[in-house]
Amino acid sequence: MILTPEEQEVLWLSLRVAFWSVFVSLPIAVAVAYLLARANFPGKTLFDAAVHLPLVLPPVVVGFVLLLLFGRRGPLGEILEQWFGIIVAFRWTGAALAAGIMGFPLMVRAIRLSFESIDRKLEAAASTLGAGRAGVFATVTLPLALPGIITGVLLSFARSLGEFGATITFVSNIPGETRTLPLAIYTYTQTPAGDAAALRLSAIAVLLSLAALYISEVLVRRAARRVTGEDALGRH
Amino acid sequence: MLSVDIERTLGGFRLAASFQAGEGVTALFGRSGAGKTSVVNAIAGILRPDRGRIAINGVTAFDSASGVDVPTPKRRVGYVFQEGRLFPHLSVRQNLNYAGLFSRGMPASDFERVVELLGLRDLLDRRPGNLSGGEKQRVAIGRALLSSPRLLLLDEPLASLDAHRKSEVLQYIELIRDEVKVPIVYVSHAVEEVVRIADTVVLMSAGSVLAVGPAEDVMGRPDLRPVEGAFEGGAVIDARVIEQDMEHDLATLAFDGGTLTATNVDALIGEPVRVRIRARDVSIALERPRRISIQNVLAGRITAVGPEHEGVVDITMAVGSAQLRSRITGRAARALDLAPGLQVYALVKAVSLGRRNAGTI
Repeated sequence: MILTPEEQEVLWLSLRVAFWSVFVSLPIAVAVAYLLARANFPGKTLFDAAVHLPLVLPPVVVGFVLLLLFGRRGPLGEILEQWFGIIVAFRWTGAALAAGIMGFPLMVRAIRLSFESIDRKLEAAASTLGAGRAGVFATVTLPLALPGIITGVLLSFARSLGEFGATITFVSNIPGETRTLPLAIYTYTQTPAGDAAALRLSAIAVLLSLAALYISEVLVRRAARRVTGEDALGRH
Repeated sequence: MLSVDIERTLGGFRLAASFQAGEGVTALFGRSGAGKTSVVNAIAGILRPDRGRIAINGVTAFDSASGVDVPTPKRRVGYVFQEGRLFPHLSVRQNLNYAGLFSRGMPASDFERVVELLGLRDLLDRRPGNLSGGEKQRVAIGRALLSSPRLLLLDEPLASLDAHRKSEVLQYIELIRDEVKVPIVYVSHAVEEVVRIADTVVLMSAGSVLAVGPAEDVMGRPDLRPVEGAFEGGAVIDARVIEQDMEHDLATLAFDGGTLTATNVDALIGEPVRVRIRARDVSIALERPRRISIQNVLAGRITAVGPEHEGVVDITMAVGSAQLRSRITGRAARALDLAPGLQVYALVKAVSLGRRNAGTI
């Protein structure tokens, strides 16, 4: 299957949006997951609920809120533009922002679960060997949470690739800028005689999802073997 | 040199422990739930006492009065946990070198020495998941030793091992005690481990310290029964190997009250050994028996006849300068008219003295 230039553009844009949404949200998700797994603070339940909000809200609502906050006249949009020179309204960066926020709860959930399953006695052992809190986190907690982190990355990556409602509401459907794979498919379904093109793009989406699933499965298995401490050959 | 004087209340359990420990091995001995692990956790800084003071080699690690509480990573205490707690994502070599990541490591020569001492050479590139229980504990001991410790804490390091692995790892611990000059605190509820390994014994029960002293004194005390159980009570004798009959696996041990024949003792001629003789393995005769299978007949004098408890009495005898105990029925004691001052013969089967209760010191 040879891709047309337009399809290539859509595919490339989708991958770029998904990559950046995951790349930027990952460190924040790790921090939030660690906080939720380990810390106790007033308002924790509320904070937990807020993190999960994008999972239960209609995506259109998320997109609309983003539009209000990050539009060029929105309070956060102005700060981003004036301080960092980043414009997200009606740009692919905005699509990445929307995708990142929609995938965020999935990522936090997976990482938090793996933090919670770590044997904290190992962390105490590390501290008797000289590791401070940061040292324990970097050498014990984070490596042992790796399978959960990979799962979280995959879930949020897949969610980003499929993001539709928040994206179209926030940054519209601009060819070459914000028209990702789902938006392109939607556009073709609204066009007379666009079914064939929609079908081709849908096939691409299926292949992409399968590839992502396969890669993450391999990585998770490899990481899980590491954290159970068995030799690579699986000797017993 | 370790000095502990701490208090802590948690729920209904009150821990109030105070003792000093010198060079060599100090055993914290008592039943499970006596508070032994809480004490070592406080020494390591994992558990914070409500009040008190802990000093390691004269350096204050904790002092509630002056507000000193050195954090765990800075206490330089090597801790070997009951379950090993090796890092599963790291190889054995990386586990051993872990402290080096935090400038607590030791020179390569020490690494080589510890690897040699604990027989870890073939395990270095393995991962903890595939090691046997005994191998894991050896690696855990090595890892603690290689963290420049001023004190080594061993918390029931043999508890999760089968009998065979227990004696294997115990031999390595004895080797560490003799070869590495670092004070050791050894937590255990097993009499035979404490007898083999300890110089000083801190006897704990229900959160407080009942007795502190040299192992042969504390472990031979007749009032230990509530702590060690009816089965294990006995005496501890320090002796020396004078003969090893390799052909029949018999060793002859001498002490100032006579000689003892024992089976399967891992010690060379001339080496000092500590033997624990359980009171239930000792019988008493008024005359020296002849034509009898029992190999050890020791002349002594009764010093005390204990109170009868569930039909059983403990008789204490002076044999040379050692105190031997015999646990017999009250009926037998009355039939023989056993009383303090009486000259008697203590009978001990050689089979009851073996590797399990005799070891080098």
